[in-house]
Amino acid sequence: MRELVVISGKGGTGKTSMVASFAALADKCVVADADVDAADLHLILEPTIIHREEFSGGSRARILSGQCRACGKCEEICRFDAITHEGSGDGGANSAYCIDPIACEGCGVCAYFCPENAIEFGPVVNGELFVSETRYGPMVHARLGIAEENSGKLVSLVRTRAKAIALERKLDLVLIDGSPGIGCPVISSITGADHVLVVTEPTLSGLHDLRRVADLTRHFGIDTRICINKWDLNEHLSSEIEAQALQRGLRLAGKVRYDRAVTKAQMHAQAVVEHGGGAADDVRDLWRNLRDIGDGNGIGL
Amino acid sequence: MKIAVASGKGGTGKTTVATNLAQVAARNGRSVTYVDCDVEEPNGHIFLKPEITRSERVTSLIPQADEARCSLCGECGEICRYSAIACVGTRVLVFPALCHACGGCRLVCPEDAIVEVPREIGLLETGRAGAVQFAQGVLNIGEAMSPRVIKAVKAAAPEAELVITDAPPGTSCPVIESIRGCDFVLLVTEPTPFGLNDLKLAVEMVRALEVPFGVLINRADVGDRAVHSYCHSERIRILVEIPDDRRIAEAYSRGELICEALPEYAASFGELLQEVTQEATTVARI
Repeated sequence: MRELVVISGKGGTGKTSMVASFAALADKCVVADADVDAADLHLILEPTIIHREEFSGGSRARILSGQCRACGKCEEICRFDAITHEGSGDGGANSAYCIDPIACEGCGVCAYFCPENAIEFGPVVNGELFVSETRYGPMVHARLGIAEENSGKLVSLVRTRAKAIALERKLDLVLIDGSPGIGCPVISSITGADHVLVVTEPTLSGLHDLRRVADLTRHFGIDTRICINKWDLNEHLSSEIEAQALQRGLRLAGKVRYDRAVTKAQMHAQAVVEHGGGAADDVRDLWRNLRDIGDGNGIGL
Repeated sequence: MKIAVASGKGGTGKTTVATNLAQVAARNGRSVTYVDCDVEEPNGHIFLKPEITRSERVTSLIPQADEARCSLCGECGEICRYSAIACVGTRVLVFPALCHACGGCRLVCPEDAIVEVPREIGLLETGRAGAVQFAQGVLNIGEAMSPRVIKAVKAAAPEAELVITDAPPGTSCPVIESIRGCDFVLLVTEPTPFGLNDLKLAVEMVRALEVPFGVLINRADVGDRAVHSYCHSERIRILVEIPDDRRIAEAYSRGELICEALPEYAASFGELLQEVTQEATTVARI
């Protein structure tokens, strides 16, 4: 069983559309949506949820106003500017302390050092995880609560569940839709994975972000291939991206032309390959390149 | 006045909008700073082409144990919620990438054996792009804690009458850190199912933060009217719509500002700037 993670660095290059098509083309796979911050894959794969569970990725502190004597210790030691006070803040009767739940990073230091034990500290539910069935097989997805932290932990959990299902049902592939950027959720989605496909586009921003995301996958030592989406929007830059990819030893898995059918497919809750058109043909070629073991360049799916 | 440009979905045109707004404001003679808070993938510099005049390291504190003083009591490992420090055998191990720099281990150590030392996690760069003051944060490769770099770049951004913040995509901690303290958030979306879904998440987020906001629809003619209906039923103002113009996509691909490559759009950004300014001031008065 292998994990293929689709990421992009830059947002909006077409990761999710690509993953939806791969799900349609792959014979036996589990799909995992690791973009827990702004998940969209469910809009195409229309999963039927068969199991849901709450996710607790951290803890949070809350001041019990009845016990607080307004000594100010918590505000003094909080590194996240999460504690504020009204009134004089010197322990006087008119002082009141409170914790901003959005700024609180859940370190628990305030609760530990409060001399009055006036701070309650415990786990909070900040997301939900779903196991579903789709027309192309099982899918694991999640929703991080609004303004919540620990997206990395939720991404790890999504991957763990997806792998367990793959093992149980003897499926060879876990196909993961990643998130944009190079930070916490992206690191969680690629750590220990077998292959990464970076979807880029022929823009200076796309190229800039591809370099950073390729540095990241090299940092973690993960086999990385790239594909250029909407390659004909700027053919000159496409060639430049191909040349730079080659220099870095990144294999080009394919190029997909700019095609309005991609948006049309999305409007109909279809994968591009279900909808048809020029881009659909390109995505099929791309998938063949990715899975073809014949030339020794494929990932052997 | 602080305006943030954000979106749930990536690639909807945040940077295009933020850089063009900054450029148009400067042309109108306003004092303006552009702040790139998308520290994982900062792209504003590609379009504004600033001259960077100052560059400094952004650091986070990590604990270091003085083994001569340490009694191996293990309290540091117990207080740490992030598994970033642990007493293993006869040593104290620190895992820098996991550390949130809460300082709990140093405070709890009965032997005073822990000091905190700075560790570089990113860069902070400031400069000028013509009349636009420029600041950006750049997260180091392999680092997870982008909010810390965002906080640093916001703190270091040159003051101006108008500060335009280019936020990262999404709805979690890096975005929250970027838009915290802003007077108005401009949410950029596109009229597609993905755009609408992620707009709804972004709206929930700005409502949770209680920051006033409006919507910009980019590539307004590519999809359907579902984003319009949603905004209408939620009483959200659509401030401007930008058509799907291949010339915009091409100019963008070359790293050009739209208000310069396609001057006919300069007026639209001017109007948008006026709308946003007005919205932000009206709300401030209420």
